[in-house]
Amino acid sequence: MTRETDARALARRRSRHVGEQVIGFLLFLCALLSTLVTVGIVVVLTRETLVFFQEVSVLEFLTGTVWTPQFVDKNFGVLPLLSGSLLIALGASLIALPIGLLTAIFLSEYANDGVRGVLKPALEVLAGIPTVVYGYFALTFITPILQSIWPSTGSFNALSASIVVGIMIIPTVASLSEDAIRAVPLSLREGAYGLGATRLEVSTRVVVPAALSGVIASFILGISRAIGETMVVTIAAGSLAQMTLNPLEAVQTMTAYIVNVSLGDTPVGTIEYKTIFAVGFTLFILTLAMNIVSQLVLSRFRERYE
Amino acid sequence: MSVPESALLLGQNTARDRRRQWKGHLFWVFSLAATSVGIITLMVLLVDVMIDGLGRLDADFLNSYASRFADRAGIRAPLFGTAWILGLTAAISFPLSVGAAIYLEEYAPQNWITRIIQVNIANLAGVPSIVYGILGLAVFVRGMGLGRSVLSGALTLSILILPVIIMASQEAIRAVPDSIRQAAYGLGATRWQVTQRQVLPMALPGILTGTILALSRAVGETAPLIMIGALSFIAFTPQGLTDQFTVLPLQIYNWISRPGADFHEIAASAILVLLVLLLTMNAIAIILRNRCSRMRVG
Repeated sequence: MTRETDARALARRRSRHVGEQVIGFLLFLCALLSTLVTVGIVVVLTRETLVFFQEVSVLEFLTGTVWTPQFVDKNFGVLPLLSGSLLIALGASLIALPIGLLTAIFLSEYANDGVRGVLKPALEVLAGIPTVVYGYFALTFITPILQSIWPSTGSFNALSASIVVGIMIIPTVASLSEDAIRAVPLSLREGAYGLGATRLEVSTRVVVPAALSGVIASFILGISRAIGETMVVTIAAGSLAQMTLNPLEAVQTMTAYIVNVSLGDTPVGTIEYKTIFAVGFTLFILTLAMNIVSQLVLSRFRERYE
Repeated sequence: MSVPESALLLGQNTARDRRRQWKGHLFWVFSLAATSVGIITLMVLLVDVMIDGLGRLDADFLNSYASRFADRAGIRAPLFGTAWILGLTAAISFPLSVGAAIYLEEYAPQNWITRIIQVNIANLAGVPSIVYGILGLAVFVRGMGLGRSVLSGALTLSILILPVIIMASQEAIRAVPDSIRQAAYGLGATRWQVTQRQVLPMALPGILTGTILALSRAVGETAPLIMIGALSFIAFTPQGLTDQFTVLPLQIYNWISRPGADFHEIAASAILVLLVLLLTMNAIAIILRNRCSRMRVG
């Protein structure tokens, strides 16, 4: 081999290194994009929300109990929407949290591989059903059943939406709880069985307490998903922004309000258009806070075993 | 952990023991029942939709445009719209997410920037989909002037599923044994050569599984597309990136929100089509996953 070809090989290698660096940089940009999305969300929501608060006082927004931005007599109290979201989330939690946790215990402590092999994919399918389909189910199947039990039930009501949102988030709670429960080392179970505990006692007094941080994190994430759920509540819970604890009445959630405003052709710059961002900002902050709390619970209170 | 005293009395089946066992059986029944709630609901839902929707499901229904009359309406426009959205979203989100995952697993130094990116991705996965719709409305539809186009929709859904694909791809890449990388580096391969020729081929089934599952989520999304103003009464199929469009979930929502059983019926028919599409995608993902886990054993 001559010197010249050696040099060429070297140059080629150097250019290969330049290529390497370009590739590394491009990959970094891809990773950075996700951060830009967050920045985008925060900037967009904050900017329009600030404009909104030039016209409506923060105090009125946060403490007002009447929400009628689309009426002639406009009121901008977000509490009816917030209470609607929380009512739905509460109802959904009453269903999803116990059922999700029991499902996780059953899958991890009771079911054999064959049963698990059927149940896990079924739960995944349940999680993959589009929300608009759940909305259809709530409106055309659950609501008529509720009406036959309680004739005073409105054709749009919070209960039907709560039940279906609850069923929808069972897979979230169950699979995250199950991950936490399965991570509890076998030796803890064996110790308890060795002392004569029954399977129930092992599950509820040893395994679940040992996995508690993961279970609680799954609960918080499930509730946060229920608050962010949009289509089921838009279809089944109605569009009446009111503060009520009666689940048989219609309520409007924050998410359902945003959809309803967007369905109408709301001109840019009007106060109705800005409410989208103010309500969206409230929703974003609420769910973000819950997600962060659930991560903190996971990292701070995790029991470590070797 | 408190140990029941009776546990120490081995072999003696006291009344208390029998009560404990009885409680155990009760709990088993209870948790089995709880586990069945999800499965039974799934079956009831599927049967309910089939009873409502099978009657109208025929070639005419697939081939007709929306109509004011339920008996003439079909899903040609949303079918094409969904296909466009699916293809475009895949084309946009796949390279970006896999790139991000490769960077985080193979390139990223252990520093605070990497940590922030990682925490941020986890947080993005928990942001409600409608918030992405608001972002899409402000940035793509208004800010960049793309209007209510297929492109706006695909971009919005792409950033929605970005964190999902990134996390799934990271997991797949992490599962590639380090010995493979070390062997390749030992032979003088560069970082990109190791990534491209060794790591990616091995991680590909896992990455594809995650991508298909994320795409099936995008296909089922309604709220973000309502936000960017995709219409549901459209009597044409999109011909280019800037055309208006509708998708199956939007058409379904539109029909559900009308009063009248006949529109609910065709909503159910459209739901059946959507579910068949999603179940096919899920099945492909599961087959890929099983094949890849078999490969790893072999």
